[in-house]
Amino acid sequence: MSAEPEAPILVVQHLVKHYDAGGFLQRDRPPVRAVDGVSFDIGRGETLALVGESGCGKSSVGRTILRLQDPTAGTVQFEGHDVFALGREALRVLRRRMQIIFQDPYSSLNPRMTVGEAVAEGIRIHRLARGADVARRVASLLEEVGLDPSYASRYPHEFSGGQRQRIGIARALAVEPSFIVCDEPVSALDVSVQAQVINLLRDLQERRGLSYLFIAHDLAVVRQIAHRIAVMYLGQIVEIGPAESLLRDPRHPYTQALLSAVPKPDPDALQDRIVLSGDLPSPSRPPSGCRFHTRCFHPLRDQRCVSEIPLLRPITGTRVACHYAETVAVPQVTASSAP
Amino acid sequence: MSALLEVHDLRVSFPDRVAGRIHPVDGVSFDIERGKTLALVGESGCGKSLTSLALLRLVPPPGRIDGGSAVSLDGTDVLALKGDALRQVRGRRIAMIFQDPMTSLNPVFRIGDQITEVIHAHFDVSRQDARAQAVALLQEVGIPDPAERLRAYPHQLSGGMRQRVMIAIALAGQPELLIADEPTTALDVTVQAQILELLDHLRQSRGMAMLLITHDLGIVAGRADHVAVMYAGQIIESAPTAQLFEHPSHPYTVGLFGSVPRLTGPVERLTPIAGTVPPPNAWPEGCRFRPRCPIKHPKSATMPPLLAVGPGHAMRCWLAEDER
Repeated sequence: MSAEPEAPILVVQHLVKHYDAGGFLQRDRPPVRAVDGVSFDIGRGETLALVGESGCGKSSVGRTILRLQDPTAGTVQFEGHDVFALGREALRVLRRRMQIIFQDPYSSLNPRMTVGEAVAEGIRIHRLARGADVARRVASLLEEVGLDPSYASRYPHEFSGGQRQRIGIARALAVEPSFIVCDEPVSALDVSVQAQVINLLRDLQERRGLSYLFIAHDLAVVRQIAHRIAVMYLGQIVEIGPAESLLRDPRHPYTQALLSAVPKPDPDALQDRIVLSGDLPSPSRPPSGCRFHTRCFHPLRDQRCVSEIPLLRPITGTRVACHYAETVAVPQVTASSAP
Repeated sequence: MSALLEVHDLRVSFPDRVAGRIHPVDGVSFDIERGKTLALVGESGCGKSLTSLALLRLVPPPGRIDGGSAVSLDGTDVLALKGDALRQVRGRRIAMIFQDPMTSLNPVFRIGDQITEVIHAHFDVSRQDARAQAVALLQEVGIPDPAERLRAYPHQLSGGMRQRVMIAIALAGQPELLIADEPTTALDVTVQAQILELLDHLRQSRGMAMLLITHDLGIVAGRADHVAVMYAGQIIESAPTAQLFEHPSHPYTVGLFGSVPRLTGPVERLTPIAGTVPPPNAWPEGCRFRPRCPIKHPKSATMPPLLAVGPGHAMRCWLAEDER
């Protein structure tokens, strides 16, 4: 599990996705700036986690990369192809290489299709096998995700949440992708099942050399699977870097607050808790300057934060969009190295 | 001194085509002391929410609370109450907040009216007094500009603010016990931290007891005084919080801890529990965790009772006998 120097599989540059907010009666409402200038890349066999709270734009990033929705601006290069410039046919071919799994696999499975049909659908569309080979492939895929091959003849409603997520994963794997967007894949699952699915995703990555964009809100889950982490706030990346550096020595105050807020199954972990005040501002009217300044607790916070937009720049281990990232806002809030 | 709430052998049953009757809550007993927090922890379908609904006699039909169950609130037999006497307990002495505040708030009424409605239902006060109390409650739960916010509709508030309003409504009856059923599951982590902090603060300032129902061991640590872990309709381990975290003993509890990803220590592969929770009409004979248990105790074909492990610490596993 190592990121390597060869060309990244995915390069995202200055991605912007705005949604028109106004309806017939509210034509002048400003657009929702869900994604507002996001850049990152992902190496082969690497997992980048995109972390943030609801409304930060992380799911919009995932969907726009796959062109499930059209971008407002920016470029995405996948395996050397400009995804936003491709025509229908070229896009169809490329989609075989890029797949997505969702939080709630039930809503993405057709209730009238058997599990076998659902998994076989992509194989047939992309003509990856024919005749009895299709059934053989389906059986081996179900086995690979830890399901009994006999389940192929059953319907989605007969399965638990964890099993459905496995079906969703088998369906994504069926077309032999090299890259999978995992959009909150374990958030709806009970902890014991969540752990099973996390382990499965890790094993598949190792076996198949997959790259993941792992979209999640839970940093403890992310730590289990990510090589690098990007933290989003109001449509922008505020901190990005290797997982261990970002978790050990977070430099953006929002990353610190997010880490501090993760419930820890440890009675001694309650000290030094940062509780952010206020709510997330509206993504239609983001604050000026640093978007986090309305909730920031950094001791050096000043007029500059209100007026000047901070850019991502390298601090110790990560790149951070904070004017005062050299000074740690609150020490000792993060993951300790002791077990 | 007796406990504020004593629950003894609570059983809730539903008709089932396969099994005749199923018991999603099957012989649950616990006490809650005044001003203390008990956490009821478990995964989906373990019966924790149904247990809390039963305490308020809110089991949805065709479910029913079986004979032999006992719920006593400071000596009052809750299961025998009717009419006005029941209303004196429900929403007044015992209040409840739920996971999703949007489904519990009425979308067409202003926040203020929904709070004063509860105040009028339980106390004989003038409209002005009720309004003043509502303002004070919103202030107490940390809503800025409370007098102004009385006029807001639920959809105009964020998820965190709505949960604060639900808490204000729950507090309006000045309850002795607050049941919080997954109060922060629908919220973002930073907002979750705010709400948990608030609940903790309110419990202390009001001397209120709390029953915290959650699937998340992380929010239990440092907040609850005592933890009861449920599996397949039963409490399978019960201990003071610190004791449970230091010495989880039941193989299921151990499995839960092994499944929780952590932010500290080396990144190790998670060790999940094999299989899934069986539905109530397919619970095995004997120990209900038996098919998933890594231990395979020779006596597990017989249902173990809750056996003492240490002071205040018990579990429903035959291993407790071996360790003594």
